[in-house]
Amino acid sequence: MNTHTEHAHDHRGAAKTYARTLILLLVLTIITVAAAGVDFGSGNVVIALTIATVKASLVALIFMHLRHEKPMNSVIAVAGFLFLGLFLMFCLIDAESRVNLQPANLKPSAPPVAAPAHPSPAP
Amino acid sequence: MSSSTVVHSHDPHGGGHGHDPHHQHHFATMEQQFDTSKIGMWLFLATEVLLFGGLFVGFGLMQARYPREFVEAHHHLQRGFGAFNTVVLLFSSWTMVMGVLSAQTNQKKKLVVYLVLTILCACMFLGVKYFEYSHKYHDGLLPGHYYHHEGDEIPNSHGYATFFSFYFMMTGLHGIHILAGIAILTWILIRAMKGEFSSAYYTPVDLVGLYWHLVDLIWIYLFPLFYLIS
Repeated sequence: MNTHTEHAHDHRGAAKTYARTLILLLVLTIITVAAAGVDFGSGNVVIALTIATVKASLVALIFMHLRHEKPMNSVIAVAGFLFLGLFLMFCLIDAESRVNLQPANLKPSAPPVAAPAHPSPAP
Repeated sequence: MSSSTVVHSHDPHGGGHGHDPHHQHHFATMEQQFDTSKIGMWLFLATEVLLFGGLFVGFGLMQARYPREFVEAHHHLQRGFGAFNTVVLLFSSWTMVMGVLSAQTNQKKKLVVYLVLTILCACMFLGVKYFEYSHKYHDGLLPGHYYHHEGDEIPNSHGYATFFSFYFMMTGLHGIHILAGIAILTWILIRAMKGEFSSAYYTPVDLVGLYWHLVDLIWIYLFPLFYLIS
């Protein structure tokens, strides 16, 4: 029996919550599309990703029931994103430390795009 | 996800079943079974996050490598279609969670309706993607060495082809997930129509719902990064 023994799950408020969440998600979509039309420079990426994360959190917490359920599910979900963040961080550290992003032993292809200073071959 | 609803003729309990027919014997209680199923699904979803996450990181690095080409290439994407698809998927997430709620509250007819709506939204999403892809094909905006678009600002650059490699790979992989979702949702729909789900047992609906929400989640990130960033 899928009895939620700890929290007697009150389903009555649920439909309203879901409807409100959908509306909020749609509003955020409108905002994100509108913001993309305005030039905030490098702020555009930050704004778009922030709104996307808010939307993702709404879907995860409310539609995917993380808010009401056993914490282990949230631990797993957050861990997934945490490790992704770790992966991204190391890739960025690597990329930022390079003169150009080409591998050092790549044969130069057709002209203009290659960087002028060719770094010394990797050890 | 137990699928047994038939009376056990070879019943080790001897005669009447002492517990819910969906209760599998290696679990102490139905609640433990439900919790375990959920954890299993969440673990799978975490692997999906890493799968698409890896592709996103690759995309980000290549964006840094070819910033001007990526900006120019992304102007070929049709924002209207992307936004429409976003709305369709958000709506389908709502119909999905309403379906789960219907199962939890023994409303079989509503469950069926919501599942059908979710499947229809998924099909609409794929239909729009088909239009987008054929437009790209028509303009020669194809991945890798199939790229043959004329009139790019920066000549001889791999940046455009790289953008479309990522575009097709990521939206394509996402599309395959949508297709798989349609298949699974159809299976759950058939079971729902047979009356297999109730407040006592709705685990499959719940778990498929989680998968579907993740597919929506991935698109929530795909849409701004491909269609909106400049």
